[in-house]
Amino acid sequence: MADADTTARAGSDDRATAVGAERTPGRPEKITVIVHSGDFDKMYSAFIIGNGALAMGMEASLYFTFWGLSRLKKGKLDSGPLSKMHMLGLGKAMIKGRMKKRNVRALQDMARDFKELGGKIFACDMTMDIMGVTAEQLEQDLIEEYCAVGTYIKEARESTVTLFI
Amino acid sequence: MAQIHVDCRGENCPVPLVETRKALRKAQPGDVVEVVGTHPSSKKEIPMAVEALGLSLLGVEENENGEWIIRIER
Repeated sequence: MADADTTARAGSDDRATAVGAERTPGRPEKITVIVHSGDFDKMYSAFIIGNGALAMGMEASLYFTFWGLSRLKKGKLDSGPLSKMHMLGLGKAMIKGRMKKRNVRALQDMARDFKELGGKIFACDMTMDIMGVTAEQLEQDLIEEYCAVGTYIKEARESTVTLFI
Repeated sequence: MAQIHVDCRGENCPVPLVETRKALRKAQPGDVVEVVGTHPSSKKEIPMAVEALGLSLLGVEENENGEWIIRIER
């Protein structure tokens, strides 16, 4: 009598093992962040977390896809709306004012810091295709590689921390 | 053995961590990096980063202006 249990177990053998992070011994821990959102506040989260990880000695990769990818266009990194309370731009202006008062570093500068500390920025080529964005339109000196989901999965498997922003 | 001074007074998250890391990357083994700042959380978090990086924390002090001074040996 073929039991459903055996069939289920047999099927699970040919999936890739994904137990724990497959890391090369001796290499630092890695964080991988998908930046799907293009919102102003979420972009800050992505870079603060990315830079924080690098400062703590980790490797960090940021994958820009969909709305996040649009923000990689030249000069557009901080052009997104607030994710809430944007209020037709009033909310964003208020937050920017407060950030200026507290001397919060600009997104463009955080992106340069990220690169300087060895962080990697990846641009999703599928998004570029769908949205008709060419490499020339993007901040090319920030971008490590143009890639697809396979690269993300490979790096995510090696990461101890993965986030979706 | 060089002394590297990092002034991040008035800087907000994550700049003190970032500037400390930049200085540590430039430092040679045996150099001392001295970071002075005002951001309260960074006073706790820079020592955390030093530990995570496997380096030596030489000291954490506060001066009369309420600024913290953290000394790290590469």
